[in-house]
Amino acid sequence: MSILNLAWLIPLFPFTAFVAISMFAYRNHKLSHQLAIGGMAIAFVLSQIVFWAAVLLPVGGREHAFESTLVPWLPTGLEVFSLGVYIDPATAVMLFMVPLVCLMIFIYSVGYMHGDPRYSRFFAYMSLCATGMLGMIVFNNLLAFFIFWEIMGTSAYLLIGFWYEEKSAVQAGLKAFLVTKVGNLFLMLGLVLLYSEVGSLAYRDIFDLETLEHLAHTPFLGTQWSMATVIALLLFGGTIGKSAQFPLHVWLPDAMVAPTPASALIHAATVDSAGIFLMVRAFPLFVAVEGGPQVAIVAAIGAFTVVLSSIIAIAQNDIKRVVAFSTISQLGYMVAALGIGAYVAGAFHLITHAFFKALLFLSLGSVTHSMEHGYRHAHAHYELEEDGIEGFDSHDMMSMGGLVRRTPHNFWTFLIGGLTLSGFPLITAGFWSKHEILEQAYELSLAVFWVLAVAAGLTAFYIMRQICLTFFGHPRTKAAEHAPKGEPSMTVPLTILAVFAVSLGWVGIPERFPVIGGLIPNWFHHFVGSTIEAGRAAKVAGHIAEPRHGFVWQPLAIGLIFKLGGLGLGWLVYGRKPMQAGETDRVEAAMRRVRLGWLYEAMRDRFYFDELYQATFVRGSILLADLFHLFDYKAVDGLVNLAGRAGRGISKVSGVLDLRVVDGLVNLAGLGMRALSDLSGVVDLKVVDGIVDGVGDTVRAGGRFIRPIQTGRAQNYLLLAFLMVLALVVMFFTILLLTT
Amino acid sequence: MVPLEWYLVLAAALFCTGVYGVLSRRSAVAVLMGVELMLNAVIINLVAFWRYLEPGAATGQAFALFVYAVAAAEAAVGLALIIAVWRTRDTVILEDIDLLKG
Repeated sequence: MSILNLAWLIPLFPFTAFVAISMFAYRNHKLSHQLAIGGMAIAFVLSQIVFWAAVLLPVGGREHAFESTLVPWLPTGLEVFSLGVYIDPATAVMLFMVPLVCLMIFIYSVGYMHGDPRYSRFFAYMSLCATGMLGMIVFNNLLAFFIFWEIMGTSAYLLIGFWYEEKSAVQAGLKAFLVTKVGNLFLMLGLVLLYSEVGSLAYRDIFDLETLEHLAHTPFLGTQWSMATVIALLLFGGTIGKSAQFPLHVWLPDAMVAPTPASALIHAATVDSAGIFLMVRAFPLFVAVEGGPQVAIVAAIGAFTVVLSSIIAIAQNDIKRVVAFSTISQLGYMVAALGIGAYVAGAFHLITHAFFKALLFLSLGSVTHSMEHGYRHAHAHYELEEDGIEGFDSHDMMSMGGLVRRTPHNFWTFLIGGLTLSGFPLITAGFWSKHEILEQAYELSLAVFWVLAVAAGLTAFYIMRQICLTFFGHPRTKAAEHAPKGEPSMTVPLTILAVFAVSLGWVGIPERFPVIGGLIPNWFHHFVGSTIEAGRAAKVAGHIAEPRHGFVWQPLAIGLIFKLGGLGLGWLVYGRKPMQAGETDRVEAAMRRVRLGWLYEAMRDRFYFDELYQATFVRGSILLADLFHLFDYKAVDGLVNLAGRAGRGISKVSGVLDLRVVDGLVNLAGLGMRALSDLSGVVDLKVVDGIVDGVGDTVRAGGRFIRPIQTGRAQNYLLLAFLMVLALVVMFFTILLLTT
Repeated sequence: MVPLEWYLVLAAALFCTGVYGVLSRRSAVAVLMGVELMLNAVIINLVAFWRYLEPGAATGQAFALFVYAVAAAEAAVGLALIIAVWRTRDTVILEDIDLLKG
């Protein structure tokens, strides 16, 4: 069989590591990180083998999707769910990205988590999270997809609430779990609907051309929307939850309380990417109905999320939250791209985003790590304050500054990550993937294009602000002044990720791009696009597969204006004259000057979505629960008490009944019995005794009667004897005479 | 020779005299004497039958001797009883001796 069957084993090794660490190695810190990294490294090697095998398959005879032999898995009423691996180009590129990024994050964690009391547990959770993602990618049906999706959700919950001594961590974990669960509910409904309509959840069956046609032409419950549209939207519900799209984006910023490597894992490689991967996976369903309402809804949600989160990010001072909102906005980019049908562009951005986002998270993790060490260092020497590490927010950008001299390596990696995020032209991967999205959007939907372009400008602005605030100028606190360099276990993964964040874009340079287009073949487009272009789904969604020939300069130009404009503006505001300690944020100051302070506050407080949800859904749930409690207390308890009282009443009545009626009856029966026994006594005395006495009397009478025989006189007896002898003699002779 | 029947008649008469004496006499001694008469009648019968029917065998004589012996014993016992009754009850009249009366 094909070497692609190895894909079975990919999720197995991180899972083994998880089990081994949690069962055996949790006391041994060194062994646990060796196990986790070892498991991930094997998964990485296997994934690379599978990836290259999938890429190098002979082009002519290429099956666009490889499906391994199926193993019977879950027997249901009438059918058996079978399990196998399913490798198509989208899977293959994910297999390239996920284990690589995970491995880098794992190695980085060794340095970052050093000294944590729950070090082993951290690696166990990380392994579990990676298992979820890898399992979700490789298997061949949506049910397995959903199971691994939930495993990932659980491990994300565990990782976000990892430092559970902090109340905020517990709450954030719970929030992430519950908010994503809302999306999962829709996803599950989608799966149920899909299964009830198609009778299978295997990709090969549901993305079959005929099935898609059938779904596209079956109305949903008599409405105008087709089944395919409704299912696609329900599945999209899962994406909204997992990939933190509006209106379920609220969990992601709070999830920043997780340890930074966990954040990198969750937001770059696994959980957030999973939502997008679901859309990539179910893309044929999204385009089954041409121009259906799902296009508008998905694109609108994506675009709105992009703008919303970009605006919020500008007003954030927490270094991690800025990156968190940038994650939401980049995910929004992908959603919008996939919504309007730019499949390859969306998938491409998914891959590049994973690398540069992991890079950003790990870099800022290094920064905060250095800040904490710097703080400890500074205070050990000067003893400026008494309140220790607790009173110090190592994530506050306002307390940084000037770190370029303290941690130059971090600066360079963060700069590369930031520039890639903003889509700095030509050299970064982010440019190529973002440009591709913008180009497709320009072609397919001008409104989306403009929104995305503006958001690209905002992104460039806030990332420049972040870089300037963190690294430039003079240190604004003692902690920043004394921040040490990172350790090798942290800097090496950063370097590797930085290399990929830059060079990965080169596999996706459009051939029609001026000057450098065609120098490197647009491999990504050919490979990933082949699923859609040559696949059967293309016949359904024919319109997306025809790239316009020739170069269109408008999207490039407009995009560049916004991106470079954003970067330049950011530099002008924050970089040219670095902020001093105690200075108000310049955007805030500017907005206050034009009486827009309320808007800035709204941005800083994330447009009050959390408060809104708190006031409506959370309070509503609690009110509902209170109501139910009241109902329980009053109505149900009342009924129960009533029943109790009624029972007592009945028992009282029945007591009386017992005393009067039943006892009476029993007494009556007793009396009857006594009468009967009296009667029987009389019978005994009279009849039975009479009989017995009668017998005695009779015998006595008989005795009296024969008494006179016994005279007591010997002569009488003798006489009798003589008479008897005479009688016998007479008898003898008579018989003798008669016989002779 | 005197025929056998005569002896038998004599014996029968003697026996009947004895029976009459036993049944009718009031004195116990007299009753005892009646019993002796009856035994003698039997002896006569025995001797007569031996002489007329089996003169060769000695059985008749032997039985006669047995009966004598028994009669002697009987008389001895009977007289002893009568003396005992006399001593306790002062009478030998059989009608007075009715302890077995029911």
